[in-house]
Order: sequence, then structure tokens, then C-alpha cells
Amino acid sequence: MARFILMRLLQAIPVLLVVITVTFFLVRLAPGGPFSAEKAVPAEVLKALEARYHLDQPVINQYFSYLGDLAHGDFGPSFKYPGRSVNEMIAAGLPATAELGLYAMCFALLIGASAGIIAALKPNSAQDYIPMSTAMLGICLPSFLLGPLLMLVFGVWLEWVPVSGWGDIPGDKILPALTLASGYTAYIARLSRGGMLEVMSQDYIRTARAKGLPEWKVVLKHGLRGGMIPVIAFIGPAFAGLLSGSFVVETIFQIPGLGRFYVQAAFNRDYTMIMGTTVLFATLIILFNLLADIVAVWLNPRLRDLYRSGGA
Amino acid sequence: MHAHHYMDTFMAPCSPPHTVKHSRPQRYLSTLLCAISCLALVACGNGENNVSTGLQSQTLHWGNGAEPQELDPHIVTGIPEHHIIVGLLEGLVLKDPATLEPTPGMAERWEISDDGKTYTFHIRDNARWSNGDPVTSDDFVWSWWRALQPALGNLYAYMYYPIKNAEAYATGKLDDFSQVGVKALNAQTLEITLANPTPYFLQLLDHYSMFPVHRATIEKFGGPAERGTRWTRAGNFVGNGPFILKQWDLNRLVMIEKSPTYYDADKVRLNAIRFYPTENTSTEERMFRAGQLHVTGSLPADKIAVYKETNPQALRISPYLGTYFYRINTSVEHLADKRIRRALAMAINRQQIIDTVTKGGQTPAFTFTPPNTLGYTAADGFTEDIAAAKALLAEAGYANGEGFPPTELLYNTSEGHRKLAVAIQQMWKKNLNIDISLNNQDWKVYLDSEASGNFQISRAGWIGDYVDPNTFLDMWLKDGGNNRTGWHDDEYDQLISEAAPAAKERAQRYAHFRRAEAILMDAMPIIPIYTYNSTHLVHNNVKGMPSNILDYPLYKQIYLSED
Repeated sequence: MARFILMRLLQAIPVLLVVITVTFFLVRLAPGGPFSAEKAVPAEVLKALEARYHLDQPVINQYFSYLGDLAHGDFGPSFKYPGRSVNEMIAAGLPATAELGLYAMCFALLIGASAGIIAALKPNSAQDYIPMSTAMLGICLPSFLLGPLLMLVFGVWLEWVPVSGWGDIPGDKILPALTLASGYTAYIARLSRGGMLEVMSQDYIRTARAKGLPEWKVVLKHGLRGGMIPVIAFIGPAFAGLLSGSFVVETIFQIPGLGRFYVQAAFNRDYTMIMGTTVLFATLIILFNLLADIVAVWLNPRLRDLYRSGGA
Repeated sequence: MHAHHYMDTFMAPCSPPHTVKHSRPQRYLSTLLCAISCLALVACGNGENNVSTGLQSQTLHWGNGAEPQELDPHIVTGIPEHHIIVGLLEGLVLKDPATLEPTPGMAERWEISDDGKTYTFHIRDNARWSNGDPVTSDDFVWSWWRALQPALGNLYAYMYYPIKNAEAYATGKLDDFSQVGVKALNAQTLEITLANPTPYFLQLLDHYSMFPVHRATIEKFGGPAERGTRWTRAGNFVGNGPFILKQWDLNRLVMIEKSPTYYDADKVRLNAIRFYPTENTSTEERMFRAGQLHVTGSLPADKIAVYKETNPQALRISPYLGTYFYRINTSVEHLADKRIRRALAMAINRQQIIDTVTKGGQTPAFTFTPPNTLGYTAADGFTEDIAAAKALLAEAGYANGEGFPPTELLYNTSEGHRKLAVAIQQMWKKNLNIDISLNNQDWKVYLDSEASGNFQISRAGWIGDYVDPNTFLDMWLKDGGNNRTGWHDDEYDQLISEAAPAAKERAQRYAHFRRAEAILMDAMPIIPIYTYNSTHLVHNNVKGMPSNILDYPLYKQIYLSED
């Protein structure tokens, strides 16, 4: 197992290096510079700015000095926000994005898994079709539509929760988490339905029923353990997706997260910020996928044995 | 913008294990699953909102449009930054928000010499920085020296150029700052010498680029002309304005609180202002409806009609010192012919665009300077006349639009600009029978194309920096960095650079501007479309905030009250 993890981590290094290199040169190839503005920028000011951020040096030198800084964990200063370093902006934005992702994951698991289990108990009945078609709706409804809709109903008409904000007013985290969760909820519902259906037809479930256990106990104690495995394996990559894909929800609900910076940085040609967020998200995606693979191996006794014997 | 669900991309290979025995890991995971499900329960709100609590605490909740880039007055260029900085810092003069005439600020009075070139400011003796230090004339001399350092990257250095030798110093032609016309006669007397009489000079002084900054604080956190040090952070910032910076959470909130050291603190009635970075205007409007904001930064165009019906007293639309226009590249062969440029301008129905596309009640523009800019209104430079436009086009060799060369209209990617461009494209097709293609580019690419002359016709907007026709008309000088049309005219340059500054009376000066504007409109290197409006939602509780064409709030007069 240790060897498996080590191998995967070593494989990640060239992947990251390619991501860094490609992004570094692509952003510099894009037309329009970080300092072009609607009002003409005087030559002496432009010169001073380029010197300040070392853009007056050959690109290849810039590349290697960036790699050097990166090795020390320094993402450099933001071009768009002169008083901020990229490290600082990531440190400020990531917690909100992670928190939002975590809540969304909780909602998705709670609602998705319940719907999936309920559906699996009576396949091909109304009890199956209703939650599953709702789930389908969740996949189809984009967050830029669902978000404003939830805002209108629960924020403006019913006045149950605030329309936007993050940690300012109690309850302001509910709507964004629900919106971000919607697509994942639907997916988890489908995964858990599939998992439960498969498990509930197993011999040991029949045995449990034959023992005379009440149905709820059969489902929760015996069915759930096996039936949830596909869902659990999905959590890792889904969480990476939630972190890097929360831009729309963050914009709609004005959440001070990283997703907004990620997209705006590209529009602003904020080179260092584009690099910083890309490197961060690439790392997270690699890590969460690795985590998902580890969990998959860990949960599957046959794979586990394979790696154990292979490693021995 | 598009939403992406990433789960398909990141699907992990997984299949339910065919096993009867449950291992320990699975049990842990089930428990974990239950635990995080419980975490999902979050508390609910209690019915109170910012508007109701703000009334008690005199806290104004302000939709500020975007996250401020910085709070250093010598670095920033934007409106969101402006809204915060005018709370934290104060220049020599202020403006009456109703008339926009200068009123005393840090200077309690001033004298202007007969030749209009020397200004002597007397700084009030109770002017204090928020750490208790007195505000002196040396503070201004040092701050203005700082603002002219190229290393700082100050895009508003040109605001100083009316001051003698300021331009030479800023552009490196002069090394000795003592030759720049800024002098501290004593701790409270500041003498400013101008290169030319500049009637709008007092108007410049309450622009943030001319605000003083606290030297000791800046030097504590870095070099005097170092860009982006930590001096502007909450806790570090020392200002001389009616408020002090209490909190600055990135992308979330900037909060300023009443300053006890401000000379006019008795008159400041608000205890705090909370600025929110409301980038999404639809969300901002919903926040207003839910009582989370007192004032919005803007309003989506399609909501204007709704508010006119349902809540007209909250809707605040007023003329704004800015012009929406199309820039023509006169070095393009067929567009070098002014008859074609005039024909294009005359074949647009502006009122129809305002009624059906922009829907914000803007004013059709037939000159470049907005009407009534501190008493200046230019005569219309042309009329909308399709027959005359057709005749001009025929005269230029394209009767009924036949053989008109392929022409492209460039705009920066935005739904609003696109709709307007489509409407004008259709009007030109219908009225002149010419085909114009549309091209949209991402903001930075568009800026590059425009600056490098790589366009034929491009959409543009210009917001005045101060209330004087000069901020609109000096753009079109031969060497004007923002001209970009390739057009220039010697008489025009002479009127703007020499005749108008030398004029003794306002009336005479405006006459020169009118003459210049007539030349500009006759040559038509730009096609004015409409004069901007500022559009806000303002809660009924907000008092003491009159509208003005600069959209300029004077916080010390604003308060919250139900009557």
C-alpha cells in the first residue's frame, strides 16, 4: 500500500510540472497585459510596473524564477490587487470555498443517499420514480438558475434565510450549499440506488430477513454498509469538483471564496493569481483522486490483498 | 459564464464489492457518513435585517460593486475604491453634494491670486490624523511628491499636471521636486503655483489622487513609493477623514467607523458604513429587496421598469458625467472620409436605442461633453437625418450603400454592448444599406486592439474625472493618450491647450470649448450615442444624499431616519 501511494505521488510531480509550464506560457501568450487599462497608461508608469513585477525580463528567466519561488511555496504578488500576495488571497479564499464544499457535500450525501435508498427499496414503483426523476431534475437544473430561484423563494418571498453573504447573518450558508449540492445530490442518489439494489439482492440480506429481523434493521444495518460503497468512493473526486467548480455559486451568492478569484484572474490577466490558483486546484484534484483510489483499494478486499501481496 | 458539474470528469472507477463479510473500514465510514450528515444542519435566521438594525445603530449598508483593488489613493483608479477612500481621507477642499461647488475641507479657506496661478491654502488648526497627529502643509507636499513617483504606478498622476513642473517631474524630465509648484510656507499654509490659470483646479482637489497620506505610517510599512505595502490594512491605516478603517475582509466586507479625531466629528451622524463587494447586480437587487442593503451600486436594466411600477421612491436615476460613444479609426481608408463618419452618426435613432435596448432613461447625445457640465452645454453637433445621411454617403461614392467596404464594429464582451451594437448594425443596414460586422473581444484583448489602432469602429465610454468640459475635450488633442482615433486638428489643439486656459472669464473659456467641440463634432472621429445615467436603489431611510452628476456622496451629511 505504501508503495502504491508513493508511486502515485511520484507520478503527480511531472503532471504538476506540465500544468505549471503550460499555464505559465499560455497566459503570457494571451493578448492583453495585466496593466492595460481603459485610460492610457503612461510609458514611465508602465515601465515602472513591469520592473516591479519582473515582466521586463526574458520570459524564460521569469519562468525559472517563478519555479524557484514556487519551490519555496511563494506564489508571488497579485498584479490586480497590489497590496495582496497570491498566498494571502488563497489563504483568505480557500476556507470559504472549502467550507461551502463541505456543507454542499453534507447536503448532497444526506439528501442524495436518502433518496437513493428509498428508491432502491421498491424499484420500479412510484417510490422509485419520484425521487429518481427529482434527482434527474437536479442534474439538469444549472446552478445559475437554481441559485436565484432559491434566493427568490426562501430569501425574498418567505424571508427564511438571507439572500447572500457568508457568515454575516445566521443561515446565509444554507442556500449556496444547497445550490452547489444539487447536481451532486442527484448523482449520489443514483449511485446509492444502484449500490443498494445490488446489495439488497445478496444472499446475506435474504439470510438476515429469514432470521426475522425487521426490514428497517435489514436496510440500515446490513444493506447500507455495502450499498454505500460506490458513494463513498465518489466523495473524493466529488469534493475536488466542489472546490474547483464553485465559481458560479460563489458569484451568485457573493461568497468570498477562491472560485471567484480563479475566473476573474483570467479576465484580469493577473498572471501570478492564475498560476497560483491553477497550481492549487491541480494539486487538490490530484490529491483527492489519489485519496479516492486509496479508499477504493482499502474497501475492496481483493484489491487490498493484491497490493499487500505485491508489496510484500 | 457557464456552470460546470465536474463529477463526470472526476468519476472514480468503483464497483460494489461482492463480499459478505464487513471489514472495519466500512463500519468507520458508515459512522463518518452519519456524522457529516448531522453537520449539515445549520441555524436559521430571526427576521431582523440590516436595514432595521442599521437604523438603530446608524450603520449604512452599501452595495459597492466590486472588491477594492487597494485603498491607497495614489494607486487606485476605480469607483468602488473611491467610495471607501472618501470616507477615510480628505483633501484640501470638499464639494457641496447638491451643487458640486467647492467647500472647505482640510483647508478652512484659500486665496487665489489675480492671475489665477497661485493658490494659498490655510489648513485648519484642528485638522487631525486618526492617530492624533496634526495635518500640516508638509503632509501635502510629501504626499504629492509621492503621488508623482512613477514606481508607484499612479495612473492619475496627470491630475497634478496643472501644477507648475508637475508633468516634467512625473515623466522624468525634471529631477528636482523643489521646482514643482508646491510649497509649505509654514505648518498650516500651503502655496501652489500653477503653470496656467486652471479654473477647475479646485475641482481636482477633492479627487482621491490628490488626497494626503500619513507619511510615518507609509514609511513604517515600506518605502515611500513602494507599491502594495501593508499600510492600507485595517489596524494600520491612518487617515484624516470622517471615518477610520475598521475591517477589510477580502471579497466580503470593508467596514469603516466614525473617527473621533475628525475636525467635524460632531456633524458626522453615521456610526459606521459597511461596503459589500456586490459584483452580481441581480443578487444585489435581491439583497436590497431582502433588506440587506440601503444603497445599491447599480440596477439591472430589466429591473428599472419593475421598480418604476412597484417601488418608484427607491429608484434613483440621475444624469451622470459620462458619455457612451463609438470611436472611429480615421486611418482606415474609407473611414478617413468625414462624410462617411457623419453619415454613420446621423443614421442612428438614439431615442429608440434608449427606449428598447438600454432602458435606463439615458439622454441621447449629440455632443461629446454631457450637457450642463458645470454650466457648459455645447450646441448639438449634428441631427438624426436619414435622408441627409444617405446623401452624404452617396457623395462619398457609396450611393445606396453599394460597394461600401467591409467594416467591423468592435466591442468588449458584454450582453449590454452586444445588444446596442446589434441595434446600430440593423439601423445602418436599414437606413444606409451597409453591412457592418460585429466583433466582440475579451476586455483586455479589446483594450489592446484599441490602443494599437487595430480596429475600425469600437465602442467606448468616458467618465469625467472632474466637473469641467476639459476632462472630455482634452482627450482629443493630437498627443492625447486616449485619443486613439488618429484624428487631430491644429485649431482644436490651440483652443484646448492655449486659448481656453488663458481665458479670464468662465463665459469666454466656455466659448472656446464650444468652438472646439463644434470642430470635433464636424469632423466626427467619434459618434456620441448617449449620456450616462447613474442608477441606484436607495432605501427610504437614507437621508442627506442628494443626486449629482459625479454620483458623489458626502458621508458626513448622510444619516438614517424613518421620517
